[in-house]
Amino acid sequence: MKKNWPLWEVFVRSKNGLEHRHFGSLHAADEDMALENARDVYTRRNEGVSIWVVKSKHITASNPEHHGELFEPAQDKVYRHPTFYDLPDEVKHM
Amino acid sequence: MSEEQIKNLEQQFEARIARDEKIEPKDWMPEKYRKTHIRQISQHAHSEIVGMLPEGNWITRAPSLRRKVALLAKVQDEAGHGLYLYSACETLGVSRNELYEQLHTGKAKYSSIFNYPTITWADMGAIGWLVDGAAIINQVPLCSTSYGPYARAMIRVCKEESFHQRQGFEIMMKLANGTPEQKELAQDALNRWWWPSLMMLGPTDAESVHTEQSMKWKLKRKSNDDLRQQFIDQTVPQADLIGLTIPDPNLKWNEERGSYDFGEINWDEFWQVVKGHGPCNKERIDARVNAWNNGEWVRDAAVAYADKKATKKQRQAV
Amino acid sequence: MKENLYNYILGIADNSLILGQRMGELTGHGPSLEIDIACTNISLDLFGQVRSYYQYAAKIAGDGRTEDDIAMLRKERDYLNVLLVEQPNTDFAYTIARQYLFDVYHAMFLTALQSSHDITLSAIATKSIKEVSYHQRFSSDWIKRLGDGTNESKLKIQNAVNTLWTYTDELFHQTEADKAMVTEHIGVDVTQLKKAYYQKVTSLLTEAALEVPKLKWFQKGGKSGIHTEHLGYLLSDLQYMQRTYPNMEW
Repeated sequence: MKKNWPLWEVFVRSKNGLEHRHFGSLHAADEDMALENARDVYTRRNEGVSIWVVKSKHITASNPEHHGELFEPAQDKVYRHPTFYDLPDEVKHM
Repeated sequence: MSEEQIKNLEQQFEARIARDEKIEPKDWMPEKYRKTHIRQISQHAHSEIVGMLPEGNWITRAPSLRRKVALLAKVQDEAGHGLYLYSACETLGVSRNELYEQLHTGKAKYSSIFNYPTITWADMGAIGWLVDGAAIINQVPLCSTSYGPYARAMIRVCKEESFHQRQGFEIMMKLANGTPEQKELAQDALNRWWWPSLMMLGPTDAESVHTEQSMKWKLKRKSNDDLRQQFIDQTVPQADLIGLTIPDPNLKWNEERGSYDFGEINWDEFWQVVKGHGPCNKERIDARVNAWNNGEWVRDAAVAYADKKATKKQRQAV
Repeated sequence: MKENLYNYILGIADNSLILGQRMGELTGHGPSLEIDIACTNISLDLFGQVRSYYQYAAKIAGDGRTEDDIAMLRKERDYLNVLLVEQPNTDFAYTIARQYLFDVYHAMFLTALQSSHDITLSAIATKSIKEVSYHQRFSSDWIKRLGDGTNESKLKIQNAVNTLWTYTDELFHQTEADKAMVTEHIGVDVTQLKKAYYQKVTSLLTEAALEVPKLKWFQKGGKSGIHTEHLGYLLSDLQYMQRTYPNMEW
């Protein structure tokens, strides 16, 4: 038998208050092993307080070829940003 | 796609890299870019993994507990770095197992320096100081290479490796300041590792085949000869500081260039080791193949167990 | 010098030293990169504990010896580790079985040592128990994977458990130093751990679809310095530098 361990993506919360961030990937046979491996591989220097692992195949990713239609339309919607609105300098706390 | 279209895409691609944009796994990329990256990143990963062996040799024999834990942690980091790099390589659509296969069958290369034997404790010092020193010079520029996953892996690697060279130099320093016997160990190790370390920075620019393309893709930021000069210029004063002699009678400060002139490198030896005729080429590959083959039943058991567990879970859910 | 306390500390520390050394042998040769890294972590944890114990022992000895002198310059009969931890890495099943059979004991022992009236020992125990709980998680997960994995892995792990079982009883033997330290509320009464140990191990082996060996005769001797033949080879590696280049600093 020659079955490969599947690939997992590892997300680590560096400290409470921060979000989990993608740290990298690794191989593991099951989810318990994936967590343990993530702990041993990615938090050797005290980098984390919480770990998520997810099988890489379960991640659905957007296609870079659709970059234009997905992301460019948001570029000119300047009214979503506070600087779009002109207010006199005298107005405070806004 | 027509040839015209591909050419167009390629031009856009090169322009993106020139603008310092990063390329990510799902982006379109020329086949040559993908292949070159698989080759370089996997060579790099193999070097980390094979590089564990010469130092791993001395873990059980380290002279003190402090040295033992430092060496263990360092060799473990190399496993980690191999893992990060294999992962980066996997984003290009090749599996770690395929890459192992290439290493085990001799198809893939790794850094030739690891084909030299570690015969005394001082070799741990020399490797950390010189080999890691040369590696850092090679690696730091890669933190800004064009392929995102590789650059990110390298940032992590460089951050973690900062203790490796210090660890090695500290060993050398202690030996150089120790008893005459210890100093002799240190000098002997420097004598044996100096030239291979210079070779480690790659063939001369005249002989180097991939340089121009690699420069464009930021896989390389400086030429081999420049890197070598940088390594020599920074290492010679360190040797002076601890009273060791660089084994090169032609080594001389060149006031005009603001650099050291140095003697002829034995490139014949370099190519022989690359071709598999180094002192330990066979031992290194055998050790990797054995670890992998002896581990097969373990990896298989884990898969079988995971499958059973998943089936059980499914049945419970029904 | 408080001889009983000194010997008591060595009895604890030598286990971690020898097991750490065994785990360290595997670095670079593990069945997968991830397992390689995990085994090295265990080795590093154990050596960290070893250093705390020996530094304390050196202080008690008060004769100028350092942690390294104690670790590397004793004769083979002066090492007090149990026979279990010196058994070789015959294959990964042996590595895991040895680790698991020791981890369960180690975790119970450290839990009890936390209440030692000796504040240094109690502090070391409190720090180490977290590391050892993780070791136990790692090794027991692997016992299950190998036991309930393939036919081949089941055979191998059962074989390793059967072979190593003979060294488990010694974990619960009391030395003179043990008895003295228990009286002073410094040491752990290991005889009290035995029942819970075998219950725990039996339950995991059963869960892993393995058989619990039925053995009536057990090996002993490590605690009084009478070791298996394996230890000598391990020591020749461990002591090589200190013996070849005596009285030097590294």
